[in-house]
Amino acid sequence: MLGNQSVASRPIESVLATNKVIRNTYQLLSITLVFSAFAAYLSIAMQASQGMGLVATIAGIVMLWFVLPRTANSATGIPVIFLITGLLGFGVGPMVAYYLAVNPSIVMTALGGTGVIFLGLSGYALTTRKDFSFMGGFLMVGMLVIIGASLLNLFMGIPALSLTVSAAVIMIMSGLILYQTSSIIHGGETNYIMATAGLFLSLLNMFTALLHLLGALGDD
Amino acid sequence: MNWVTIGSVALMIGMLVFIYPRMKHAMKNSPKGTQQDWMGFVIPLAAVIGFVVFLVMMVRG
Repeated sequence: MLGNQSVASRPIESVLATNKVIRNTYQLLSITLVFSAFAAYLSIAMQASQGMGLVATIAGIVMLWFVLPRTANSATGIPVIFLITGLLGFGVGPMVAYYLAVNPSIVMTALGGTGVIFLGLSGYALTTRKDFSFMGGFLMVGMLVIIGASLLNLFMGIPALSLTVSAAVIMIMSGLILYQTSSIIHGGETNYIMATAGLFLSLLNMFTALLHLLGALGDD
Repeated sequence: MNWVTIGSVALMIGMLVFIYPRMKHAMKNSPKGTQQDWMGFVIPLAAVIGFVVFLVMMVRG
């Protein structure tokens, strides 16, 4: 009897744990997004240069790669994720300032568009509960190809390649949102700080790619 | 080449170096998706593409 109860309650405990990770992830993601937007605002108000933005981005990525994985399982992970999202938000400030000066409506459209895509994809993954773990290799190859193409374009400066990369970034980030959300649902990701970092990066990359695409294809 | 470009190049090379072993690991260990699994990805992706086209058309006015 006691054994049966234990077996029966295990899946319920697992579902509760998953729901807790999902709830904590979305709560932390919302707060970090607001914090990151504030950091971007500071960057714009300070008229930070492109160089300052790049330094902040590099610092954020280095922390994301080397500090966050070591701190994500402790309370230190929270200030670290705030620092990372703040630095990355500060990093996109100069780019946002540029587009605000050209056409402010593009920034609002990119922001709203990113929000709608994220909500739609998260809703899809959460309601269908499909397992997207099979996409791991495909998404990693896609990311590698995108980074390689961006690197090549830094030297070649082909506008069409730049637009193609932005479009590809939107598609790969869409896949990553599905993959990460499915990973939380199916217990692949049990740490809400790491889950938040992954979703935050996907959102930030999607926003900047959409901004670039709308800026290039818009009338201005 | 200014130092912002040099910094961007360094960042991207760093990303390639960081992602490459993870890509190899993911390629080896990811489960294979069926045609139905891939359709479950293609449908929302098509919706995203349609939505982005709509946004571009909206911005072009």
